[in-house]
Amino acid sequence: MDVATATDGQTTAACWSCKGPVAAGLLFCPTCAAIQPPGQADRFTRFGQPAGFDIDEAALETVYFDLQRKLHPDRFATASPKEKALSQSQAIAVNEAYETLRDPLRRAAYLLTLKGRTADVDRDATINDPELLMESMEAREALAEAATPEEAQAIARDTAAKMDDCKSALSRAFSAGDLDEAGNLTTRLKYLAKLAGEARARRMKLAGRG
Amino acid sequence: MLLQIHEPGQTPLPHEGEQKRAVGIDLGTTNSVVAVIRDGEAQAFRDEDGSALVPSVVAYAPDGSAIVGSMAQQLALNFPDRVVSSVKRLMGRGVEDIKTVAGTLPYDVVPAHDGGMVKLRIGDLELSPVEISAEILRGLKDRAEEALGGEVKKAVITVPAYFDDAARTATRDAARLAGLEVLRLVNEPTAAALAYGLDEGAEGLYAVYDLGGGTFDVSLLRMQTGVFQVRSTGGDAALGGDDFDHAIAERIMRERGTENPSRAEVRTALTTARMIKEALSEQDSGTWYMEAEGLRSEHSLTRAEFDELIAPMVQLTLDTCLSVLEDAEVFPEDVKGVVLVGGSTRVPLVRRRVADLFGQEPLADINPDEVVAVGAARQADALTGGSDALLLDVAPLSLGIETMGGIVEKVIERNTTIPVSMAQEFTTYQDGQSAMMIHVVQGEREMVDQCRSLGRFVLSGIPPMTAGAARIRVTYSVDADGLLTVSAREETTGTEQKIEVKPSYGLGEEEMADMLRASMENARADMEWRLLAEARVEAERGLGALDAALRVDGDLLTDDEREALLSAAADVRTAVGGNDRDAINEAAERLDQASVAFAQKRMDRGIADALKGVAMDDLETRVGNAGNS
Repeated sequence: MDVATATDGQTTAACWSCKGPVAAGLLFCPTCAAIQPPGQADRFTRFGQPAGFDIDEAALETVYFDLQRKLHPDRFATASPKEKALSQSQAIAVNEAYETLRDPLRRAAYLLTLKGRTADVDRDATINDPELLMESMEAREALAEAATPEEAQAIARDTAAKMDDCKSALSRAFSAGDLDEAGNLTTRLKYLAKLAGEARARRMKLAGRG
Repeated sequence: MLLQIHEPGQTPLPHEGEQKRAVGIDLGTTNSVVAVIRDGEAQAFRDEDGSALVPSVVAYAPDGSAIVGSMAQQLALNFPDRVVSSVKRLMGRGVEDIKTVAGTLPYDVVPAHDGGMVKLRIGDLELSPVEISAEILRGLKDRAEEALGGEVKKAVITVPAYFDDAARTATRDAARLAGLEVLRLVNEPTAAALAYGLDEGAEGLYAVYDLGGGTFDVSLLRMQTGVFQVRSTGGDAALGGDDFDHAIAERIMRERGTENPSRAEVRTALTTARMIKEALSEQDSGTWYMEAEGLRSEHSLTRAEFDELIAPMVQLTLDTCLSVLEDAEVFPEDVKGVVLVGGSTRVPLVRRRVADLFGQEPLADINPDEVVAVGAARQADALTGGSDALLLDVAPLSLGIETMGGIVEKVIERNTTIPVSMAQEFTTYQDGQSAMMIHVVQGEREMVDQCRSLGRFVLSGIPPMTAGAARIRVTYSVDADGLLTVSAREETTGTEQKIEVKPSYGLGEEEMADMLRASMENARADMEWRLLAEARVEAERGLGALDAALRVDGDLLTDDEREALLSAAADVRTAVGGNDRDAINEAAERLDQASVAFAQKRMDRGIADALKGVAMDDLETRVGNAGNS
C-alpha cells in the first residue's frame, strides 16, 4: 500500500522545519522527521486505497488507527505550537477521510463527487422515484404499527438485507462505470439507512418499556 | 522534603523529570481528586487520613486568602457565608442560565457587569467561578507537589462530557490561573474507561455509566489495540444523587408538616436525607430523627419506598443509555462490559437497573470516586510519552448555526470524532446586503432559543451583490480539547472574519490577564517560564533539523559555508543554555538566515532526484513513514 506513489514524487515542497525537499503525500520530513501539512490528496489516496466502492473495512480501520497514532494532537502535546497546529490539521484530514470511507453511503456519494456528479447525503432530498416512494411509505406504516421489539427487529433485519442488496448493486454499478445507476442506488441506500435508523429507534423504544 | 525556591526569571533549565511530570485531576462538583502514574502504577494522592477526596469547597478569609478542602468544609459550619461549594455548576454560566438553581444555592449570585459569567458575593469579595475553581486546583497542585517533592506544572483535567464550550473554556482558564498548563481536557466517562482499559487490556465495546452528585453521563467506547475510540456519549447536566436527597428531603418535610421551611431547616433535612440514602444502600430499612427549629421528628423509610421515590430518575438515566446505544447503532447485548463511576452508583436500585439493561453485572473494581482521576493520570502519562495509548474522543453536543426563522442548521453533528473541521455555505437574502450575522449555537434541538448560544459575530464588507449571489463559507473547527473556532469567508472576494468562540460567558483575554496579574505574584513568572520553555523547544527543534539536514546533504556545503552555519548553531546552543528568551529567538532567527542558501541547494537537489525517478530504498522510506506498508 503506497501512500506516496512515484508520480506524487514529482511534486516536491520545502519542509517548513529544515527547508529540505519533501515529496507530496509524505507525513513526515525524510530528513528532519518534522510533521508536514496534510496537503490536497483525495480521501482514498490519504488512506492508500484505490478510489472504488469496494473497500476492505478491516484494513481501513488498521490504517486509520496507524495514522492517528502518528498524527493525533495527543502525540504532540509537548511539541512546539507549529507542530501542534500541523498535527491538528493532519488529524482533521484523517478523520474526515475515515468518516467518508467507512460509511458505504458517504463513500458512494464521495465517489460520485470525484467523478463529477453531485450527491449530497447530508441534506434531505426529495425522492423522485415513485417506486421507492411507495416502498418507503409502506415500510414506515409497518414500523408505526409494530407493537413488540421483535416486530421492529424483523423490519430492521429486512431493511438490513435490502441494504446489503443495494450495496452489491452499487459495487456492480461503479465497477461497470454506470454512474446514473450508481446515483439512483445511492439515493436508495440513503433512504434505507434512514429507515434502518428508525427501525432501531423503534425497537429500542419498545424494548425500553418492557 | 526539599523544596527548590527560585527567584522569578531565574528558573534553571527544567529538569527532565520535572518537564515530564504531569498529573491527572478530577475536578468534581462535590469532591476533587489528583493522581499520578509512577512506574506504570496509578496512585491517587491521599491526606493523612488516607482519603483521596478533596472536598471542592473554598473558604475565604476576610483578607481574601483561601482555604481549600476538608478544612474549608469544617469552616462552613461556623462561617457559612464565607464558604463556597458546588461552584462547578456555575462554570461558564450567565445569570440567565442559573435562574432555576439560584434559589437553591447557599450564596448570593451577582450578574457580571459586562453580562458575562456570574460572580459570587462572598463577604465583601466578588469572585467568578473561574477564580474559585482556580483555588481548588491550586490546592490539588499543592497536594501533589508536597507528595512528589517538586513542582507540578502540567495536568490533564477532566470535564463532564456534556460540558459545553463555555464551561470547557472556563475550566481551562481556571487552570491557567492556578499555574497549570492543561495538556488536555478529557471527558470524565472517557477517563474512567481509560482507567479500566489499560489495567485490563480490554478489547471490545464498553459502556461507562457515571452518576455523580449533580450530573449524569453515559459513554460508549470501543477499545482496540491500545486505541480508545469514543463512539457516542450523552447525559443530563441536572440529574444526580443530589436529586435522590431532594426526594427524601421533600418526604421528610411533608412528614414534619413544615409549610415555609427556613434555610437552616432545609439544610438539615438534606443532610438527614443524604444519611438515609447512604444507610439504605447497606440496609433494608431504618428510622432516623431530625431536629431543626426546635422541632424533633421521626422518619422511617424502607429501601423499597426509597426505590419508589427515585425510580423515575433512574429511568431517565436508562432512557439516555438507550439513546446513546442508538447513536452508536448497537444493542445492549453488544456491550462487553459496563463501568460504574460516581458515588451515586452505590445505590442498589441503580446497580440493579443498569445490570438489567445491559444483561450483566457492572464492573466496579476501581473505587468509583477515584477512577476518573486515575484515568486522567493515565492520559497525562500518555501525553508525556509514558505510554502508547491513544484516545479518540468525540464532540458531545452538536454545533450549529442560526438560519432564517430561528432554525438551527447543524454544522458538526454530535459524536463526531475530534479534531474535526466542517464547512457549510450560505448566501445573502437581500440585494446589496453587506454584512451577515453568524450566530453559533450548541445543542440538539431544532430552534435557536432551545439551544445554547455560544457567540455571535458579524461578517462585514460583503461587496454589494444581488440576493443569493454571495457565497459565504462558514467553517467550524473543534480541537482535541473540544474547543470550537469559527471562521466565515465570502468566497467571491475573500473577505474573512475569524473568531475563537470565546463564548459570551468565558473570560476576555484582558480580564484573564488582569486576574493573572492580580492573583499571584508568580503567575507572571509562570507565564514567562512558559514562553521561555516554548522558545527553547522551538530553538532545539531548529538545531535538530539542521543536524539532520547536514547529515543528509552536508556535502553540498563549502567549508566556509559549513563553518558559518555551525557557528550560528553554536550561538543558538549557548542562548538556549541561558534564560533570555529574546536572545534565544534572535539567535534562532540568525541561524534561519544563515541556512537560506543551504536550503536552496537542497531543494535543487531534491527536485533533480525526483525527476530522475524515485530510488527504490527511498520509496520504502516514504511508505514506511506513511505507516501503511
